[in-house]
Amino acid sequence: MNTELFGIVATFLLTVLLAFPLGKYIAKVFKGEKTILDFMRPVENLICRLGGVDPMKKMNWKEFLKAMLTINLVWVAYAFLLFLFQGHLPLNPDGNPSMTPDLSFNTAISFLVNCNLQDYSGETGVTYLTQLFVITFLQFVSAATGIACLVALFNGLKEKTTESLGNFWVIFTKTITRILLPLCFVVAALLAFHGTPASFDGKDTVTTLQGDTVQVSRGPAAGMIAIKHIGTNGGGWFGANSAHPLENPDYFTNMLELVSQALIPMALLFALGFYINKRKFAYVTFTIMTVGMLCLLIPTLLAELHGNPAIARMGIAQPTGAMEGKEVRFGPAASAFWSIITTVISTGSVNAMHDSFMPVSGMMQLLAMMINAFYGGCGVGILNYYIYVIIAVFIAGLMVGRTPEFMGHKVEAREVKIAALVTLLSAFLIKGGTALACYYFVHHGNNDWAVKPSSWLNNPGYHGFSEMLYQYTSTNANNGSGYEGLADNNIFWNVTGGFIMLLGRFVPIIGPIAIAGLLAKKKYIPETSGTLKVDGFTFGAMTFVVILILTALSYFPPLALGPIAEYFSL
Amino acid sequence: MKQNKSLFPKAIVAEALKQSFVKLSPASMFRNPVMFTVYIGTIIMAFVCVWVGAGARTQGSLGYNLAILVVLFITVLFANFAEAIAEARGKAQANSLRKTREDTPAKKVFIVGDIYVGEIKTVPSSQLKKGDFFVCEAGDTIPMDGEIVEGLATIDESAITGESAPVIREAGGDKSSVTGGTKVLSDKIKVRVTTEPGESFLDKMIALVEGASRQKTPNEIALTILLASFTLIFLIVCVTLKPFADYANTPITIAAFVSLFVCLIPTTIGGLLSAIGIAGMDRALQANVITKSGKAVETAGDLDTLLLDKTGTITIGNRKATHFWPAEGVKEEEFVEACVLASLADETPEGKSIIELAGVNPHTYSVKEARFVAFTAETRCSGVDLNGKERIRKGASDAIKRIVNREGNIFPHTMEERVKGIASNGGTPLAVSKNGQAMGVIELQDIIKPGIQERFDRLRKMGVKTVMVTGDNPLTAKYIAEKAGVDDYIAEAKPEDKMNYIRKEQQGGKLVAMMGDGTNDAPALAQADVGVAMNSGTQAAKEAGNMVDLDNDPTKLIEIVEIGKQLLMTRGTLTTFSIANDVAKYFAIVPALFISSIPALQALNIMHLKSPESAILSAVIFNAIIIPFLIPLALKGVAYKPIGASALLRRNLLIYGIGGIVVPFIGIKLIDMLLAFFL
Repeated sequence: MNTELFGIVATFLLTVLLAFPLGKYIAKVFKGEKTILDFMRPVENLICRLGGVDPMKKMNWKEFLKAMLTINLVWVAYAFLLFLFQGHLPLNPDGNPSMTPDLSFNTAISFLVNCNLQDYSGETGVTYLTQLFVITFLQFVSAATGIACLVALFNGLKEKTTESLGNFWVIFTKTITRILLPLCFVVAALLAFHGTPASFDGKDTVTTLQGDTVQVSRGPAAGMIAIKHIGTNGGGWFGANSAHPLENPDYFTNMLELVSQALIPMALLFALGFYINKRKFAYVTFTIMTVGMLCLLIPTLLAELHGNPAIARMGIAQPTGAMEGKEVRFGPAASAFWSIITTVISTGSVNAMHDSFMPVSGMMQLLAMMINAFYGGCGVGILNYYIYVIIAVFIAGLMVGRTPEFMGHKVEAREVKIAALVTLLSAFLIKGGTALACYYFVHHGNNDWAVKPSSWLNNPGYHGFSEMLYQYTSTNANNGSGYEGLADNNIFWNVTGGFIMLLGRFVPIIGPIAIAGLLAKKKYIPETSGTLKVDGFTFGAMTFVVILILTALSYFPPLALGPIAEYFSL
Repeated sequence: MKQNKSLFPKAIVAEALKQSFVKLSPASMFRNPVMFTVYIGTIIMAFVCVWVGAGARTQGSLGYNLAILVVLFITVLFANFAEAIAEARGKAQANSLRKTREDTPAKKVFIVGDIYVGEIKTVPSSQLKKGDFFVCEAGDTIPMDGEIVEGLATIDESAITGESAPVIREAGGDKSSVTGGTKVLSDKIKVRVTTEPGESFLDKMIALVEGASRQKTPNEIALTILLASFTLIFLIVCVTLKPFADYANTPITIAAFVSLFVCLIPTTIGGLLSAIGIAGMDRALQANVITKSGKAVETAGDLDTLLLDKTGTITIGNRKATHFWPAEGVKEEEFVEACVLASLADETPEGKSIIELAGVNPHTYSVKEARFVAFTAETRCSGVDLNGKERIRKGASDAIKRIVNREGNIFPHTMEERVKGIASNGGTPLAVSKNGQAMGVIELQDIIKPGIQERFDRLRKMGVKTVMVTGDNPLTAKYIAEKAGVDDYIAEAKPEDKMNYIRKEQQGGKLVAMMGDGTNDAPALAQADVGVAMNSGTQAAKEAGNMVDLDNDPTKLIEIVEIGKQLLMTRGTLTTFSIANDVAKYFAIVPALFISSIPALQALNIMHLKSPESAILSAVIFNAIIIPFLIPLALKGVAYKPIGASALLRRNLLIYGIGGIVVPFIGIKLIDMLLAFFL
């Protein structure tokens, strides 16, 4: 067991160790300082020229958002059409069929918004063309969109008073050429060396030891699996995601994939410190996020390593912990760690089945996605955290008898309104969606859909409730992992999930950027000794408390009916 | 005016009780979104009770539903009461100020009278209009706010300020304002009325407190938005609970839904919010400051820079003589005598202080055939000629030096050194000569008010920068600034310098306050974020500022800053408390709702409440009674401690955050134990 824990600690430390210099590098890239990848500049200039973009144009927050939303609209239309007709298009050696309209809708949105919820299975649901030119493409651009939007926030915080948040196109292009592509090259190469397929051949036929023949799906998977983690996307090449032996062959690749999904979110935090020259704020935030992550990880580890009490009561020893739904090559500790990292960071890739985790672990995964701001996804994690910060600044400011201000700008009614709306939206989408699902399950169980509502759940009772709650929590958080017990490829889940993913992506991006733009426009207020220091641990703790209380108050009842009821019933 | 010490005098409570029912009208409830939802919950429960009374079986017993209805109704009343009592207290205070000036006989001047021009007739003060003139003689009470146009009088302002020492008010200049209700002690003045009846500052303040013209302040609006969104979050919690409960096969009564909702929404802060705002203005009034808007009080809490006049704020009145320095070879007694003689006719405060320092009774001096020489701008000295033989002169050192040199004598080098030494210590040197011989130097010093350094320290810890404004030369100004502990100073200040300084600070994003009384202060008072005009000041100054200080006390700004901070802090801490309370309420209500169908959730009933009904009732009752418990805190405000923002946050988080989590656990459990006797 000690070796298993050592593996987790080593993985975590390695991530931090790599994230720090990467953060420094990212700050340099966006400051326009000299970096080793400056040879990419002609490529970037070419892209700008081809796109008809004036790289010198400064954008205010509205122009920035308009550019971002417009290009996203183009991508989603493109993705929708390709999924809809993929069966008739080239690069389809296995002859996989086209998607139904509702599944296309869901899948196109899912990859556009960096969620990567997959209501299909990779082996049979998509073709090499859509895997590469839709899914992998969207995995790059959605991650870059998130990072670009975060850099807009950086720009708002950096200047004392400014209208401009930077040029979306330039930041976006640089994110891909200077950050995502180089990192993916490294990760993809390492994965390929360790056995992940990278070929255009169709299914392979293998004869097993028992003499059966098995069809094994393959494809140019290594690159996609690299960006799936580097870009905190999480959508796998194969249906079983990173539990699949070709997607995640051994403990080394497991570590590699863990490191690469946490790398950019952590590095962006350090980049924040370097970029706006408030390192202490970045370090304190990093500490608070790490504490938050540990608060979720430790109960999960304890529950998984301890094993299932129901099995223990039958008199069966579980020296390896709870092994249901886990891969023997990773074990319960690495699986528990992965399950928390993938949910705090909104990756949503899995190396074990979350449906099979202990109720406590399930609750921690849910909480991680409800909060969605302990590191969080590429760019968007810090944007989510920023919303909590605004609310914390407001309450804390009042508590020290001063009109609240954040980094020299007064937080007033308009900013509070936006922050409150964003917070409200998550609670509304998650609980509203789950309530709707419950309503159909209870009152319209026999609706004539692809799967009858009464047959949605593999498990009745509390766990079934958790499955539905998990699905909407995951879609709203743009996480994309699932409690696989849910039969989700039908019109209800595809359509509601699609809308929730869209809202859960763009409102929490628009909100913080609007706040950043509004604040940056205001007059700068120099710090005095009466100003609350936002880079201290007191304020960090305040933010942490705000996160805890907001989450607890919003989600206590559904959690009580799902994982908590299940825990006390075990 | 002195305040009633009790927070709840009987008359005020009676008035507030009446008002809490009057405020039940939907129009006035609608102003407060949080309490409005409780109001709707109460109405829903009234219908449920009728329904149950008519025989509905699924909603629990009639008694239980009635109990919930009553408790909700009381919750609304408590919130109304909190607002009403704050209003009533403010009104009572303002009224007692106003009463002093009602129905006073006024000697009105009729420009064209019945018999002759400028006729004076006694009329009730209520008949005076803006622009009218009246006269007041010794013993009269001034009927109306106004400006002296003729004469000078000593006035007892104790009715307004509580300060018994009489003050002098005279026509022209910066001390020309008189306030209704104060009393003329000597002499006669003619006054022009400056306000319409019912439009004085007090009347405006009363209207503000009564709510008719009370506007929400920016922070209050932002907080209301936050509270409204919390309310919405809890509305979502309660609405979605219905399908969740259906899934779990658990019937939930309407009473339980409404109770859960009312308990979760921030009723505590929602009910107290307007009371806190009014109490802020009340506290300002208690400090004898009339505010023209609630916003001004709130802004005061955010101030970064205070502009303070040196004289009267930092130093006591005027310079005083502190030391006699005779020249070499001059006997001290001789020198002091010369000083006293030169100052006998000097009516300036400096001259008087010289006699004071000498410790002699001026009447014992025989000054036969004395001819006093007055100070002029050319000679820059004053003095006395005795018997035509002795010519004593006192004045600026260079003026005296000129006299000495003209007589062919030498101005001693040691005296020159002394003069320089005094100036660099912030003092003012006065040289004295007799018959063209240098006699010595008198040192005049500014006396810094005792305790002022501590006040500035306190301000610095709050993050407020203090700036001294003085007409002194930069050397003296610097010395006094350092000694008093102010952060910056404006020396040789002209009125426009204040204005420029305020503008400069505001451009840097700072909020600036200043206090002033003169007409030439008016533009700066208007420019400042918080302009406090002295009540004794000119009408122009009072119109320009957004607060009026009845005490004319320049250090009042410090109190105003604290009142503003208290106002914000009280809102912040009670919000935290209110939200933190929800944790315990969840633990009371959620197990109660589901215990019948999910027995495992009994584990969440960590308070071991008796039954689901008593758990829900206890939570609702706690939710109601916490409001009156916190009314005193809302009215008095949370104490402000200048210990730095982070330390203050830690302190308040500990008290109101942790307290807010723990207190309801204890309270709900106690109420549950009490209820056990009845259920």
